[in-house]
Amino acid sequence: MTSTATRPRGARARAAIAAKTLRTDRWWFAPLITVVGLTAWVAYATVRVYLHNWYWVEDFHYLTPFYSPCITDRCVEGAAHFGRILPDWWIIPEAAFTLPFLLLFRLTCYYYRKAYYRSFWLSPPACAVPDGHQTYSGETRFPLLGQNLHRYFFYAAVIISLINSWDAVLAFHSPKGFGFGLGNLILIGNVVMLWAYTISCHSCRHIIGGRLKHFSKHPLRYRAWTFVSWLNVRHMQLAWITLGTLALTDFYVMAVAADWIPDLRFIN
Amino acid sequence: MGSKRQFRIWRGDETGGDLKDYTVEVNEGEVVLDIIHRLQATEAPDLACRWNCKAGKCGSCSMEINGKPRLGCMTRMSTFEESETVTVTPLRTFPVIRDLVTDVSFNYEKARETPAFAPPADVAPGDYRMQQVDVERSQEFRKCIECFLCQNVCHVIRDHEENKPAFSGPRFFIRAAELDMHPLDTRTDRKEYAQAEMGLGYCNITKCCTEVCPEHIKITDNGIIPMKERAVDRRYDPLVRLGSKIFRRGETPQNSVTSARAAGPATPSTSAGFHSHAGGSHDSRAEAQAQSGVNWHREVPHPTAPAVDERGKLPLTELTFDRAAAPSPFGDDVSFPLPPEHLNFAHPEQDKH
Repeated sequence: MTSTATRPRGARARAAIAAKTLRTDRWWFAPLITVVGLTAWVAYATVRVYLHNWYWVEDFHYLTPFYSPCITDRCVEGAAHFGRILPDWWIIPEAAFTLPFLLLFRLTCYYYRKAYYRSFWLSPPACAVPDGHQTYSGETRFPLLGQNLHRYFFYAAVIISLINSWDAVLAFHSPKGFGFGLGNLILIGNVVMLWAYTISCHSCRHIIGGRLKHFSKHPLRYRAWTFVSWLNVRHMQLAWITLGTLALTDFYVMAVAADWIPDLRFIN
Repeated sequence: MGSKRQFRIWRGDETGGDLKDYTVEVNEGEVVLDIIHRLQATEAPDLACRWNCKAGKCGSCSMEINGKPRLGCMTRMSTFEESETVTVTPLRTFPVIRDLVTDVSFNYEKARETPAFAPPADVAPGDYRMQQVDVERSQEFRKCIECFLCQNVCHVIRDHEENKPAFSGPRFFIRAAELDMHPLDTRTDRKEYAQAEMGLGYCNITKCCTEVCPEHIKITDNGIIPMKERAVDRRYDPLVRLGSKIFRRGETPQNSVTSARAAGPATPSTSAGFHSHAGGSHDSRAEAQAQSGVNWHREVPHPTAPAVDERGKLPLTELTFDRAAAPSPFGDDVSFPLPPEHLNFAHPEQDKH
């Protein structure tokens, strides 16, 4: 009796290849640019949040997204759309209710996870390049098990996007009545991009229709899923674009509020 | 006319080896596998390489070319500079047999552990009907040619050998996703199984599997992340759990899929029952029937050892063999039809027969 099947014969060894990686392309470039980009953005955002100044343009009702909704005692009268609830201790940001959730939404985002696991945590820095750590348990234990909470931060991000949209609408109503300037365009552009990023989230794609087994029984949800899937393919680009639009919007509002530049007005 | 190019190819076996330099002729339109064949035909006739179709469909010629996991037959020589030295090595994650041939049996073991398709009990084979829109997502994963490049590149096992028992790898996550999204599959616990026994939580979404897939399957975005989200539905979303408790949707008794191997806190409770959130279209009776009596971890007997001669080799010809024809690829100790105890499959209606 015989068989041509190879029988298991105990553990063999892997090929003894001395080089840690044999990649010849610039595999280090993507993680490097990610570290530079994210570090620069976080540094800018931290400085801006703790400046506690130049966040509101009284003449045109521009409010920067980094200070929205403004809820500390420091907030100027016009900017505090939701009341002044928190004390004005310097360590409390003006947008103390929203910034932590926005941070957690991006921190647990499936794209950002890829970005920072590769670039900051080197796990792995690039494909077929060795992990920078001796042991690895992935997202099976605390604290990384918490990445599974992404969908809750998505729900929070939807509410925050609504607040940002409200800010952009209010900015059309300045003390002189209806007004429209370059600042409005920037605020609207930022909000549109924020919505695109938020809706393109993988959790949103799942909730909106991905969890269904039979698309044919839910035609509307299937159409919504198809649209979100189209956006979802661009999630990485939207993640970076929104970092850019957030910083640009904030910088523009700061520059106008500090009288460094005048706002370009089209109407009023 | 062809040009001479420099190659470095890993030669050796499990006891050791190193990169050997070769200068080979390369002609227009050739791929790396052509060069391997030219080497075999000229200066390295004993160079071992696994290959079959040379068309990117069999998944045999997986290797690492300049450090990147690729198919030898789908890597054109025109993508390299003429002066560039091309380095070819075997897959790193799996044990080497010889030269470019590795032992990929890890993947077949994981394949056997993955619960099979479970059709509805009341639909006979041949009567399966489904809408294209429902089965489309599963079809993407059917493109898989099992080249195991995704398994090879995944750092969870590539850089951490100790994770191999607990981690099935991207190829089997998309298998789980394919079946979980299949309109006719009646299992409701594939998410729990993927998390508890396949090691879904080890994946940290760094997307290398998607990068290397020669079939361009969106393994992470369409397979792994949806499975993670489905596991979140069951384990981490109190709103969904509350809804399930209130409406008691699709509650079914649980079978032994997550059995002895997964003791510990990650094992889903067998007494809680599981619910369908996937459109609420399951027939709970059919699910229970399909799940009854199936033991996915059944130990199937190994075939007997090959009939080798005193030198430990298979007879080369019928003249030197004691049987009238070539040995059966299924093992000569196997008779057909296979005895039921040798099967890892249970028909949904087995109790009726």
